[in-house]
Order: sequence, then C-alpha cells, then structure tokens
Amino acid sequence: MDFTALRKQFPVYAYEDIVYLDTAASSLTPQAVIDGMNEYYTRFPVNVHRGVYRLSYQATEAYTAARETVAKFIKASFEEIIFTRGASSALNLVAFSYGLSVLKPGDEIILSALEHHSNLLPWQAVAKQTGAVLKFVPLDPSGRITAEAFASTLSKKTRIVALTYVSNVMGYITPLKPIIALAHEQGAVVVVDAAQAAPHHAINVKELDCDFLAFSGHKMCGPTGIGVLYGKAHLLKAMPPIEYGGDMNDHVTLHDAVYKDPPYRFETGTPPIAEALGLASAIRFLQDIGLDAIAEHARHLREKALAGIEAISGITVYNPTTETGIITFNLDDVHPHDAVTYFDADGIALRAGHHCAQTVMQWLQVDATLRASFYLYNTDDDVKRFLDTLRRARTFFTEAGF
Amino acid sequence: MDTLENLYRQIIMDHYKNPRHKGLVDDPLYVTKHIKNPSCGDDITIQSLVREDIVEDVRHDGRGCSICCSSASVLASLMIGKTEHEAMTLTENYLNMITGKPFDQARDLEDALAYQGVTKFPARMKCATIAWQAFGATLNKKAGETDEQ
Repeated sequence: MDFTALRKQFPVYAYEDIVYLDTAASSLTPQAVIDGMNEYYTRFPVNVHRGVYRLSYQATEAYTAARETVAKFIKASFEEIIFTRGASSALNLVAFSYGLSVLKPGDEIILSALEHHSNLLPWQAVAKQTGAVLKFVPLDPSGRITAEAFASTLSKKTRIVALTYVSNVMGYITPLKPIIALAHEQGAVVVVDAAQAAPHHAINVKELDCDFLAFSGHKMCGPTGIGVLYGKAHLLKAMPPIEYGGDMNDHVTLHDAVYKDPPYRFETGTPPIAEALGLASAIRFLQDIGLDAIAEHARHLREKALAGIEAISGITVYNPTTETGIITFNLDDVHPHDAVTYFDADGIALRAGHHCAQTVMQWLQVDATLRASFYLYNTDDDVKRFLDTLRRARTFFTEAGF
Repeated sequence: MDTLENLYRQIIMDHYKNPRHKGLVDDPLYVTKHIKNPSCGDDITIQSLVREDIVEDVRHDGRGCSICCSSASVLASLMIGKTEHEAMTLTENYLNMITGKPFDQARDLEDALAYQGVTKFPARMKCATIAWQAFGATLNKKAGETDEQ
C-alpha cells in the first residue's frame, strides 16, 4: 500500500501544509466519506422510516445498508447495531439503560484508571444512583491492565466490567479475551470502549464475546456526530430505552406506549442519516486499505519516531512499549502547553493536555502531557518533520531557561 | 520562530522562573478567586487586598504553563499601588489587548505588554488571561468572599 499517495484522498492537505498527529482525538476526513454524506444531501435528503414515497424509501434503504455495513465490520447482526452520537453517548446508553436496571446496592463495577472520562463518568453517576461500588483494576508498573490483575479485582459481586480496548493515552491493547472469559465465569457483563481500537483493528465481537462495544465515527475517518453501540441481541431486547419520542414506538395511547424492538427502540428522533452513510463509506475506505496494513503502518511510524525521540536528551516518553501508534511524552521541565505552541508554529498538530483521562495523568503523576498519534495518512516525512521540530524545541526551551 | 521568541522574551521567563508575590495568605481582608481551565489543567488562584480604594496587595498561586504562571506574577507586580479604578481599567485593557480588540495604548501596561505576542497564538489566549480574569473578579467582590470556578 502506498500510504503517501493516499494523502491525496484527504482534501485538507490541499489547503494546509500540516503534520497532523492528533488522530487519537479526531481523524482527518477522506473525500470518499464527504461523498458518502453528500450523496444523501444531494440525492435523497429526506427523512427515514416515515415517508411513504419513493425518496424516503431510498433514504431508508441507504440508512439500512449503512447499518448492515457496520454490522459486518464488527461481525455482529443488524439488530445489534445502534447508531448513537458517538462512543460517549453509546457508553452512556449502556450505563443508564442496562446499568440502571440491573445494578443493586453493593454490586461491583470494574473499571481501570486508563479509562477515558466517557467510560468513567457514566459509571460513577450510575453507581451513585444505585449504590453499586466502583472497583479499579490495578495497573502494572508500565501502566497496563493485565488479566492477572483483573482476576484479582473480580469477585462474585461483579456485575459489570467496563474497560478500554486501546488506551487513548498509553496506546496499550487490553488483553480482553481472557478478561471477558473470566468475567463471564462470574456472570458479569463486559462493556468495551473501542473508540481507539476500531480505527486500527479488525474487531470481531463474536470472537471477543464482549456483551457491549462502543466506538465513534470521527476517529476512523468518518464524520463527527455518529457512533455505534453494539450489544448482544438478548441483552438489548431486555433493555429499556433512555430517550423517548418519535420512531422508537410501535403503538401509542394517552397513557402508555409499546416500544419497537432493538435497534430502533434506542434511536428516537430523526437519526444522523448522512453521518451513518459517511460512517459506512469510512468503513469501506478502511477495509479497502486493510486494517492490518493500517495498524502496521502506524506502528512503523511510531517506532521510527520513538527511536528518534530516544536519541534526544531531556524528553520523557511515558509509554515506550506501546503496540499502537500513540506516543505520550513531555519535554522535561516544559509545560506541554508551552511545548505545543512551538510545534504549532511549525505546522505540527499535537495534543497537549490531559486527553480526557485525568485518572491516567494522576497515575503518571503529571499535570498533563504531549501526545503524538500516527495514522494511515502520516508518512516518514511527517516523522522527520516532527523530530526536527522536537530537536529545535528542546534546544529553544533549554536556552530560554526552562 | 521569531514570533515565538518574542513571546517568550525575557520578561515572561523572568517572572516564570522568579515569580513575585507568589503564595496565598490566610487573611479575611483579602478577596480570593480560583479559576481552573479543565482543558489544559491551568489552575490559578488570585487574592487581592483593596483598602481605601488602593490595591494594597495581590497574591497568586497555582499550576500551569509559563504564560499562565508568569502572567499572574506580572499582574501582581503591576497592580500593587494602583487605585481600584485604575486596576480595573488596566485589566480591561490587558484583556482587550490579548483578545485582539482595540485597547488604550496610553495606559501603561508596563511588563504586561510582553504578552501582546499571544494574539499570534489564539490557542494560548486562555493561558494569558486566566489570572487577569480571576483578578478582575476579585475586584468585583467583597473582602472575605471566596469563590470556586
């Protein structure tokens, strides 16, 4: 695969001479995805599931086909795919529908300090409402979740396990298969935050045997405003909706209503139709390149960048052993917000801050970090420019007296 | 990189490495305001003591980048001894300067003028303004009041 040639498919590069290393926050958008959304707005820009006319039928067909594409992408069934606003709202849906209805006082929810706020705050809120207790898998010295540490946290009281698939700060891959098997032995249900995994890994929910799995469109070349919740059919079928209104019901009277089966039970109102089509286009785009090739490319760039960083003194890398395309680091004695401005002035977009994961910062015992994340449109030249700027930044801040 | 070098010129680095008037006091005559920027972790507390219309003291403490921490030190150095009205006018002037709005060049912002370069880096405006916003808020409150934000 010629990854350099692929860049031509991302219109932003025609306007900006940018080294974009913030994909872990949001990916760039290829023309194919813009076209996928435009097709809806150009050809059949009408509502789905309602209109009894040809155009509405066409829109409904396209929306349905998009859900089929997503289902095949993670090896799920059609009725197991719920479209949401993003991974955050997908995780909130599991917490406030499934979590609220099954949790009893004293039940335990297992999380980790690596979780994004989106997979922590919903569970904090649900635990407060139900009297359930949050337990955290202790991380190993490098900051990883291990199956052994998970086993020591698991108990007969564990009802829900909600863990990240790939950490958005450390980039580590959680050993989910043994964890899920252990959790199921105790009768616990496992929720997977796959927001950082879906862009890089072929996910097979049947093989993983997870009960719920969430991801976002905008981190995998798709549009903003769309995400996915996968749930096992029998679990979804027993879950109450958390949003009520049009399209999610079968029959309505003054005092009662009958709700549709999943997935529609959880999708009230006019859905993000163009975004669903855009997400399906993104999936086809990634599959045409090959997810394994994308992951390998990101790993290659990360390794090259890491080798370059290690040759510069005065830089701390917090995740040198990571297996994905994320490098989390700091220039010693330089606040990341000072450092990031130097990179910005050179046209290099890095993330600086706590990455919506303050508990990871607490574990690392830092206020904030820099993060470079590599993806399919990054090149060896991007790595070179990043390293050149890093070297000059280190000298600049040392000379400035930091 | 000239703009960046201007931004980090001596004044800012001096106040970052050797902050003046740093450390909070436990005195009910002071007004305290705490502002946190959750996106980057800048976390600044400003205290002011105004007596008979004169800003007698300004204290600051917190964590953050060089722009944020140094600007609190520059602010304290500038404001001590000013009338409350002058202090308020200077604060408004400074905030206008940082956000690229017209400001009264005749009013002497002294060392705080060094931060004019921040207008070239809009992503850093928040860093340069957080201490000043906190200070402005202390002037609008009564002694002994504290506030969390």
